[in-house]
Amino acid sequence: MNTHAVLLIAVSALVTALIRFAPFLVFRGGRETPAVILRLGKLLPCAVMGMLVVYCLRNMDFAGASHALPEIIAAAVVVLLHLWRRNTLLSIVAGTVVYMLLVQLVFV
Amino acid sequence: MTSLQKWGKSARTTIPVMAGYLVLGAGFGILLRTRGYGLGWALAMSLFIYAGSMQYVAVDLLTGGASLLTAAVTTLLVNARHLFYGISMLERYRAAGKYAPYLIFSLTDETYSLVAAREDLTGAECFRISLLDQFYWVLGTALGSLAGAYLNVNTTGIDFSLTALFLTVFTGQWLETKDHAPALIGLGVSVVCRLLFGAGSFLLPTMAGMLFCLLVLDARRTGKGGGSA
Repeated sequence: MNTHAVLLIAVSALVTALIRFAPFLVFRGGRETPAVILRLGKLLPCAVMGMLVVYCLRNMDFAGASHALPEIIAAAVVVLLHLWRRNTLLSIVAGTVVYMLLVQLVFV
Repeated sequence: MTSLQKWGKSARTTIPVMAGYLVLGAGFGILLRTRGYGLGWALAMSLFIYAGSMQYVAVDLLTGGASLLTAAVTTLLVNARHLFYGISMLERYRAAGKYAPYLIFSLTDETYSLVAAREDLTGAECFRISLLDQFYWVLGTALGSLAGAYLNVNTTGIDFSLTALFLTVFTGQWLETKDHAPALIGLGVSVVCRLLFGAGSFLLPTMAGMLFCLLVLDARRTGKGGGSA
């Protein structure tokens, strides 16, 4: 059983590494990387960050007891504070504290 | 700058990731311990797999007695989004020389959000940031595995710090560029796919949809601009 667990972790580690290395293996230095891939690389960061935001908030439940208000309020705090002060740490700490207070004290 | 100052500067960059990784790492360590896998297992997974959400999924695979094939396919599905990080770091990480292998291995969502937004970072700086991030994750894992049972702090909701991190990076990118089409494509396609496919399985369709929209956008722009870019 332990052998199986070791192998399972090894497989998961291997596949994860394979995914991360794949672009670098496919577009190796020797050959010219297609221009469209390099342009795609410039467009991706903004698109991916949008995807990650939605991914983190994927379990928001508008029909639930809290109507997803903790997420909406805390996310608004983060964005508004960031627009105002442009201080990453401040935005994150404030948003997280607001969220924790909301889910622990207000919407319990 | 002395070596210590360089690490200090990189450490400041990683502060936004630190809290989230310590807590989520600890959560992972605790979860794994409750399923009968102690410190060694937790450390091995955080050192060698090093992929936050995948490790949580792997706990279920381990305890559920999943086959190796199931483990491989599940890992592929959960982590496929990392393909995009590699593509957008191709040039910078290829130029990072001896640091490149570790930089590529350790390119998690959170590390990507720190390095992708900062094109001025050198390979060495990216290396320090990446290593510190994994250090927080491994440390959190160890603490959770060892002390989890004795912790008496209500940390419910602290995982929002990672959501907040991505929100600040998204907002920062929005302010720094006039070209909002990629950001809107990312948000829009993700929301549509989340509604269509559900929370458990919308990442792959989202990736395909984003890729399609970005390629169409690129084709239209390069077509208008005379083909060279």
